[in-house]
Formats: sequence, structure tokens, C-alpha cells
Amino acid sequence: MKVKVDERGYYGSFGGAYIPEMLYPNVEELRKNYEQITTDLDFRKQFESLLKDFVGRPTPLYFAERLSHQYGAKIYLKREDLCHTGAHKVNNTIGQILLAQRLGKKKIIAETGAGQHGVATATVCALMGIECIVYMGAIDMQRQKPNVERMRILGAEVRPAESGSKTLKDATNEAMRHWINNPKDTHYIIGSVVGPHPYPEMVARFQSVISEEIKKQLLEHEGREAPDYIMACVGGGSNAAGAFYHFYDNENVQLIAVEAAGLGNDTGESAATTVLGKPGVLHGSKTLLMQTEDGQVIEPYSISAGLDYPGIGPVHAHLFETGRAQFLSVTDEEAMKAGVEVSRLEGIIPAIETAHAFAALNQMNFNPEDVVVLNLSGRGDKDLETYIKWGKY
Amino acid sequence: MNRIEELFKRKSERVLNVYFTAGYPEVDSTVTIMKGLEKSGADLIEVGIPFSDPVADGPTIQESNGVALSNGMTLELLLKQLEGIREKVSIPIVLMGYINPIIQYGIEPFCQKCEEMGIDGLILPDLPMYEYMELYKPVFDKHGLFNIFLITPQTSEDRIYEIDKNSNGFIYMVSSASTTGAKTGISGEQEAYFERVNAMNLNNPRLIGFGISNKETFDKACNHANGAIIGSAFIKAMAQAGDKGLTRGIDDFIKQVLS
Ligand SMILES: Cc1ncc(COP(=O)(O)O)c(C=O)c1O
Repeated sequence: MKVKVDERGYYGSFGGAYIPEMLYPNVEELRKNYEQITTDLDFRKQFESLLKDFVGRPTPLYFAERLSHQYGAKIYLKREDLCHTGAHKVNNTIGQILLAQRLGKKKIIAETGAGQHGVATATVCALMGIECIVYMGAIDMQRQKPNVERMRILGAEVRPAESGSKTLKDATNEAMRHWINNPKDTHYIIGSVVGPHPYPEMVARFQSVISEEIKKQLLEHEGREAPDYIMACVGGGSNAAGAFYHFYDNENVQLIAVEAAGLGNDTGESAATTVLGKPGVLHGSKTLLMQTEDGQVIEPYSISAGLDYPGIGPVHAHLFETGRAQFLSVTDEEAMKAGVEVSRLEGIIPAIETAHAFAALNQMNFNPEDVVVLNLSGRGDKDLETYIKWGKY
Repeated sequence: MNRIEELFKRKSERVLNVYFTAGYPEVDSTVTIMKGLEKSGADLIEVGIPFSDPVADGPTIQESNGVALSNGMTLELLLKQLEGIREKVSIPIVLMGYINPIIQYGIEPFCQKCEEMGIDGLILPDLPMYEYMELYKPVFDKHGLFNIFLITPQTSEDRIYEIDKNSNGFIYMVSSASTTGAKTGISGEQEAYFERVNAMNLNNPRLIGFGISNKETFDKACNHANGAIIGSAFIKAMAQAGDKGLTRGIDDFIKQVLS
């Protein structure tokens, strides 16, 4: 199956650019220019050199021996947790800041949930000496305090989103409103494969370095480029899109996307969009969306701020609809347990977002010869307080 | 003839369009407000369909959307309230809303209902033009619904001509780069933009919206267009009506604007 975005930003029936006219010039400017700018040789050189020397890429593909033994397959971890700032998010912000500079933008705004994207944005803004404002849900500011302070130390202004559910969805609304009010010199760095075209595809391409490296590294380890399974957690879906990207068309590779089921999919406190959502429009694209019959967006719930979003990127809605990827969901409790288990088996404390991908190992039926790559999207430093509060370790 | 078309045939100056959010301040305020608006001299009514995530709106309309939703307003209920509205209100009625609730209701059934209720036009700010042209326009046309597009100071000249070509009724001229209710007053820079658009000789009449809040800004806007749209300031006026009651509050506000 070819997974490809069309000219209007659709993956099958999902995507597009559902934006008010106030945002049209900005989004159109991006759409017209991003391909040319990001494929330019000079851009590629600067992007790759920053990924190497600043971010620390390539990140290792690590054979997790004890975990493999536990789950009866050959499990490799793609160590995005070792990226500078502690998660995959920085791959995208490096790309977008270079793009913003070439578009002549002087200011940056971003939304953030767990604070990882906010930190990654604040970091590249500091690197380039560009003013940075990050919108963050007031509730998320409480549960991800260390990241709030990290952004501030890096010189960014963190603005609480006090509307709606005060989480990622509302931070995104506020960032969009800010952009409407400041259209000329500001670039909006969206943190996942969501938003109006061209954002989903652009962010996926910046993140596709993950699967590009997996191919090379797996060849060294296993003598083959493609694994049998790739597993990743999905909030908006950027780490998953990056890990899947170069394997979309190889149907021998099973793509496993893991969503957050919160307290359980039948409790009303979940963020598992493919289970609970229907097609709808939010934040500029048509995608699967958790909503009431009246089309009002439902406030999702997950212990993990980075997965606490009522939609998924349009490419994931397409992968779900076509059956190209399999979607699983795991609860708060399962994720927390898996996070501690991985800490003890491998000496790696994962981000709670990533812990959801680990928890899904329990739902898989592997053959001992299967090669599995799990995208370790981030480290758990930011989540210590949540681990401590949960307490069962 | 569509009532909007009729209106602009009859009146090409100082056209007053007033926006309110259905379900605010009370769930059953809809018809009272509409009757009040017509009686006090508004020319056009824009009924907002509440949405949980109104990204183009500032704090006042965000809040009215939130209150309306917690009052239990839905698109289905609104359409029920509008049954028989043409026996009570004769000026043009436009529904304004984000696209998602309408998609969930179903485009065809929604447009069918609109026609039955005597709705004249729709303003759907997050419906892209190409989607409209390919999927929605045939349905709107079939049910006699005008589609009203927005333009802003950042909209290019080519795109304004394209929008003019594909519009009917009027063009909603957003006064500044902002969400609703963000700014008060009209600057020289904004007036230059209004005049730039005037000089383009567009086919459709224009109403200026965003930041129009009182007589002064209404008068100023009317110097540069066929009229203006008031939203946030009207919502605030209703909130402050208090003891004198909704109808009296509406009347005082509109009379002051038109004085
Ligand atoms: C470590 C980590 N993983 C995953 C996510 C979820 O985002 P996405 O689905 O875009 O990868 C986040 C978001 O904050 C994160 O911090």
C-alpha cells in the first residue's frame, strides 16, 4: 500500500486544511515553500549537521536482551530518549526552526502537552536567538513542572491555556489564536503530525530520520533492513510516523500504534481515538476525533500529558481505516507498570508516553525469531513526580 | 429571491448585522433575541452555532460558546428552535459555525432543514474554498443558501477576486488580523485596507466585522463599506442587561449603535 499525501493534504479521506481565512496566507506560504526549502542542499546540510552534533544522532538501535527474553522475540529499542532534550520532538523543531529562518520569521510560537515539544522548541529558539512563546494547558503545567522550568531557563515564555480542558487541545487552540493575531513575522512550530496541510507531512518528514536510521542499523545487527514489527505510542503520532515512514510501503512490516486508554475505554476517561472517535474536523484537519453526537470535541483523559489529545494525525486515521497499521490501547495502570518493568529490565526509565508502547508488548503474539523495533520516544525524567505519585515500585 | 440579495438591493449603506451565540445567555433565548434584533432595527441576524473549540474567536465569544454548550444547546436543538421563525422574524438570517458540528449533522440534512426554516446563508470560517466548491456548493445552491466568505488584511488581491467570484450575498471583511473581539477602534492602516478593497470594484457588497463595538466604530466602518457586523460587544451588552431584561438591553444597545 502506498501511503502518500495528495496535493490538498489528504491521506485517503483524512487531512486537508480546514482553517479560517485569517490563517490562510501563513499556511499557504508554508505549503508553497516547504518542499523546496527542505530539499535544498544547503538546508539538508545544516539540518543533518545539527542532528548529528547538537541532537546527538544517530541515536542507537539497542538490542534489549532481557526484555527480549521476557517477551519471546528479538526486541530492539530505537533510543530517541537519548536525543538532546530527551525525546524525538527535537528532530522536528530543528527542521522547523531552519525553515522559519528561511521564511524570514522573527518569532516562534508552539503548543505543548507533556512539555517535551515545548522544551525542544525553546531549545532551538535559544540556539538561534529567536523569541519563543509556548502555550501549555494550565493542568499540564502542574503535572509537568520540570519541563515548564526548563523552558523558562531556556528563555521561553510559557503561557498557560486556561480555556476548555486546560490541556493539549486547548494549548493548540491558543497557539492558533496567537497566530491569527500575529500573522506577519511569526512561525507556528506544531509539535506533532497534526494541524492543517502541510504540517502533518512536513513533521513526518522531519521525524522520518528515525526510520531512515533504523533501516541502516538493523542491517548491521540483523543483516536485513526491515523488522517484522515496529511499535510506537501515538498522541498526535509524530514519533510513530517517523518510525513507520520508510516502512509504509513494505507490507511485511507490521506497524503497531499504541494509544492511551486512560482508566479504560469504557470508563469515559480515555484518549484512545481509534476506539472512541469518529471522522471530524479539529485544528485544521479532517481526522478521527473524539466527539459528541453534536460534534463537540470530548475532553480526553490519560495519565500521560503527551497522549492526552482527542484526535490523531490524519495519516494515522488513514493507516487505521485501511488496516495498514494495527492500533492497540493500554491503560494508565498498564503503562505505569510497564515503565517500571523496563526500568528494571533494561536500566532505562521511559517517558510515560513511551511506557504505553512497552505495555502493548503484553498484547502481542510473537514468534521467537521475530524482529521487533520499539520506538523509545523519550526518557522519564520529566515524569518522576508521576511515577512517585503512582508509587507501586 | 434570497432575502440577503433583496436586502442589499434595497439598502446599500449602514447595513447592521448582529451576531449572537445560540444558547446564550439562556438555552431558550434564541427567538427572543432574534425578535428583539429585528424590532430594534438590525438588518441581518447572524446566529452562532456553538462549538467547543472556536479557534477564530476571542475570549467573549469563546465564553458565550462555553455557556451555550453547558446550557445544553446543540445544533439539533437550535434547528428545532428555528421552526416557525419566519412567522416571527422577516429580516435575513445567516447561520455561522465551525464545520464539525455540521459535518456530524450531515451536510444534506442540515441544508434541507435550513431551507425549511427560511435560513438565507451560512458562514463557515473553517470550510476551505476548494471543499466548498467541489462538495458543498451544489448542496447549498439546491437549498437556496448563500455562502459567505471572509477576507482579511492579509488576503491577496488575486484571492479576493477569486472569493468575490465564488461568493453570493456579501463578503465578510475582517477588519484586522485578529480573533473576534480583540481590538477596539479602527486605525488609519485599517481604513487604507478598506479603501484598497473598495477600489477593486467587487461584485459583492461588503460588511466589516471584528472590532466593531459601538456607534463610533459602526459609523467609521460604514464610511468604507456597505455596513458592519457586531458580535462580541453585543454579547457583552446582553450579559450586562441584568435587571432591565434581555429585550430592553438589546434595544438600548442597537438604538445607541444606530443613533
Ligand atoms: C516522549 C514522548 N513520546 C510521545 C509523545 C506523543 O507525541 P507523538 O504522538 O507526536 O509522538 C510525546 C509528546 O509529548 C512525548 O513527549
